[in-house]
Amino acid sequence: MALLDAVIFLPLLGFVALLFVPKDNPQASRMGALVISLLVFLVSLGLLGPYWYQYPTGLTTETNVPWISYPPIRYHVGVDGLSLWLVLLSTLLTPIAVLVSWKYIQNRVKEFYAFLILLEFGLVGVFVAYDLFLFYVFWEVSLVPMYFLIGIWGHDRRIYATVKFFLYTFAGSVLMLAAIIFLYNRTGTFDYLALRDMVQSGALTFEPRAELLLFLAFFGAFAIKVPLFPLHTWLPDAHVEAPTAGSVMLASVMLKMGTYGLVRFCLPLFPEAAHQCAGWIAALAICGIVYGALVAMVQPNMKKLVAYSSVSHLGFVVLGIFSFTQQGLDGAVYQMLNHGVSTGALFMLVGYLYERRHSLEIAAYGGVATPAPNLAAVFLIVTLASIGLPMLNNFVGEYLVLQGASQAHFSWAVAAATGVILSACYMLWLYQRTFFGRASEAVSHHMHDLTPREWAAILPLLVLMVWMGSFSQTFMPSISVQNAAILEQSKVRTAGQAAGLRRVGNLPERRFATGAQLAKLPHTEVAGAR
Amino acid sequence: MLDNFMPTGVEYFRVLPEIILTLVGVLIMFLEAVLPENAKTILSKVAGVGLLGALAAAFYTDPGMAFQGMLVVDNFATFFRVLVIGIGFLTVFASSEYLRREGQTGGEYYMLILFSIVGQCVMATANELIMIFIGLEISSIASYVLAGYLRDDARNNESALKYFLLGSFATAFLLYGVAWIYGASGSTNLTTIRGELVNGNVPEVMAATAAALILVGLAFKVSAAPFHGWAPDVYQGAPAPVSAFLSVGPKAAAFAVLLRVFVGGFGPMADRWAPMLWVISLATMTVGNFAAILQSNIKRMLAYSSIAHAGYVLVAVTAHSSTGSAAAMFYLAAYAFTNLGAFAVVAYFSRKGERYVKIADFEGLAERQPAMAAMMTIFLLSLIGVPLTGGFFGKFYIFKAALEVNLVWLTVLGLLNSAVAAYYYLRILVVMYMKEPGESMQDLPPAGAAMKVAVYGSALGTLVLGIFPSWVLDFATKANLR
Repeated sequence: MALLDAVIFLPLLGFVALLFVPKDNPQASRMGALVISLLVFLVSLGLLGPYWYQYPTGLTTETNVPWISYPPIRYHVGVDGLSLWLVLLSTLLTPIAVLVSWKYIQNRVKEFYAFLILLEFGLVGVFVAYDLFLFYVFWEVSLVPMYFLIGIWGHDRRIYATVKFFLYTFAGSVLMLAAIIFLYNRTGTFDYLALRDMVQSGALTFEPRAELLLFLAFFGAFAIKVPLFPLHTWLPDAHVEAPTAGSVMLASVMLKMGTYGLVRFCLPLFPEAAHQCAGWIAALAICGIVYGALVAMVQPNMKKLVAYSSVSHLGFVVLGIFSFTQQGLDGAVYQMLNHGVSTGALFMLVGYLYERRHSLEIAAYGGVATPAPNLAAVFLIVTLASIGLPMLNNFVGEYLVLQGASQAHFSWAVAAATGVILSACYMLWLYQRTFFGRASEAVSHHMHDLTPREWAAILPLLVLMVWMGSFSQTFMPSISVQNAAILEQSKVRTAGQAAGLRRVGNLPERRFATGAQLAKLPHTEVAGAR
Repeated sequence: MLDNFMPTGVEYFRVLPEIILTLVGVLIMFLEAVLPENAKTILSKVAGVGLLGALAAAFYTDPGMAFQGMLVVDNFATFFRVLVIGIGFLTVFASSEYLRREGQTGGEYYMLILFSIVGQCVMATANELIMIFIGLEISSIASYVLAGYLRDDARNNESALKYFLLGSFATAFLLYGVAWIYGASGSTNLTTIRGELVNGNVPEVMAATAAALILVGLAFKVSAAPFHGWAPDVYQGAPAPVSAFLSVGPKAAAFAVLLRVFVGGFGPMADRWAPMLWVISLATMTVGNFAAILQSNIKRMLAYSSIAHAGYVLVAVTAHSSTGSAAAMFYLAAYAFTNLGAFAVVAYFSRKGERYVKIADFEGLAERQPAMAAMMTIFLLSLIGVPLTGGFFGKFYIFKAALEVNLVWLTVLGLLNSAVAAYYYLRILVVMYMKEPGESMQDLPPAGAAMKVAVYGSALGTLVLGIFPSWVLDFATKANLR
């Protein structure tokens, strides 16, 4: 459908258009980027149409045309309940990123906005690609503009950070490329839906070792992007060095590429390997939750603190995914969006502070609430959202993840819950050190309150925090039905038991259903499977 | 009896590209002597027109054998002829400004380029080991001279001498291998050799020795490890446009021969040579990439990178399947555009006497010449293997071919190699975009029209091969060697 294609290609056209803006007219670049990104956002709202008071599963919008004749690579893009919100998150945050860079970027403005809009092209594409080759293309294409955003407009150690970022992600994804080629050679198709159906129907089976390696090849690429402990070391560097807009896009959207990939590809395509590794992955996720929180607590640098809090939050997402429960998966996906909104907002606010005081050290602040009460209030709301206060967005996601984790293994939930407590510690402590106390001369001199432009950038996110925290029904059902389908697809099935397992899936002990248990089931129930 | 050896008209028509190139080359030599000094700028245009004519002749050729089956004009040959002539065309554009800058009129230069391409065309069409040898010599001798074209420049002299000595040595290996297989099979015709091998008429030890010797000769020509040592010195010392040409033209032709001889002629004994190539390709990639990391001279770095890329192509040869051949051919085409473009930017940037060839000299290019920096970015991304560039699709297709025949480890190590390679290509992006303009930017003139054609044309080719690979890939797939 043309709407989705417009959402994908408008940014690309915008990128080309921005290249032709004269270099000595930065205001034209800014306005151009704002207009393009707002336009893309408005168009992308049209994707909500099929979800208006109804919750379809599967693709609601789809374009499937051949791109390369042989090997048969198709431009197959679509939107389902999972992609939808991530696409909207990307298209919403791009204009916001344009706004926060308005004053911050004064150097080589034209290129900055061009790269920012190109980044949107890659990000949207990743979330809607239904052809593995196309997915890989978008995956890599999104890497390049981010490389430049960090490398050109970043802070002092930007070059180290951006090269590290690129190499980490690139090295992870080449093995995914090998796995994609392997799948193609085995099946003759790159189409995700076709592959998934083959796996589901049992037409495509792997020997366990091969499946494990394929799973790990995909998982490695995604885990680096998430980033999962202990592959996270690129993230604090990249975040700290990136300009505000870069941090916002990186944290809010780019990290979600990894978790999205886990849900979209790893679970349905390699269910057995995913179950087999779930324990290890959950352990790493919990390590990440606790480790990220502990390290965040001792950071003297605000951006680094927020970056490590990202590691912690993303640990929740991974834990939720690999709990293989409806609640866990719902929470994970919801948490992806929450993290996008609240951590994006945190990076913006840190950017606001930096623009005023030109320091990221927490020690350089203190008493900011006196000269800038509005900024303090907004920061407080975002802080509370980030630590998971009820009625604000993160609470919903974290609660569901913990519930799902406790269904899988109660000890997982206990360990992960410490992360929630720790997040309150580091965030509130950050808030206290930054905003309370007596304002020093330097702080009160530099610290003016929020400007209208800054309000305009942060306000949509504040509204979303409350909305997503209080009326999760707006978002959740469409996510949930999609997750139910994915969960269905990611069940362990061995030959001959496939039909039976689908039914058992609705029982509490689904994960542990074995052949013996199956045999005890009433026959009618098995036959009732669809 | 003699009548049998008289070629027919259509056979001449099949070598029309070579004939055109030779005649135009001779014409240029003649014009160089008679034209007044100020009219000699026309020589590059004559060469360009000649190449266009040859390109057309190569496209619209009549497939079939020529000269008693010594030459064969099939899709495979057509692909490579079009490729090397196209390379020559872009090289001519990349050279004219450079030569003017260095105070050369360039008649001999264009003539040598054309003759070298004649040799490469013969290599692409040869179905016969002696013809391969002749083509290789025509191409190489012209290349040796080209490498030392600026004869007052010490680096040029070193480059040419090194290339000549090592090149002759390698050719001797090749010729010795040819002698062995002739002794063993009684023929130098690849089709006959293949038949004899299939029938088991050739003692295996002798065939294996011949294959090994020929492989040494060709491995030298494609700069595969451990016979790659000449490439960095030659590419660094030769004039930048010549390095551009050497890194893609003779190399593509040598790969054509490698495919024709090994996948074609020695195909029946692939299980003997494939493991050897496995090792060579891995060693080539690894040596090239790790050595390139350490370079500070951009020409030398591109030389090592071209070694690494030869390693990727060898992966496709190792697969010795029809997909593998097509992948190698596609990759060579994509690489030709990419590397020519990258070297052309270096040629443009280096200024008179090639003063600025260090990587660090590129500091801040993006601020002074954003268009050139953007083009260089496209080339580097293609060399890294980022999607939507020809380099990516080529790599993808090569590893697809490798996985088809279960070369899993070679694929994994090759792909990891390409991640290592990203590091040194990124370094150039870093200096171009993330550093302030330095002293080397002070007298940087904008690029001339011809240079722009070469650079933009290469960039366009790189992108087109990345976004619409089918056009070239279909052509390559049709050129089945088996």
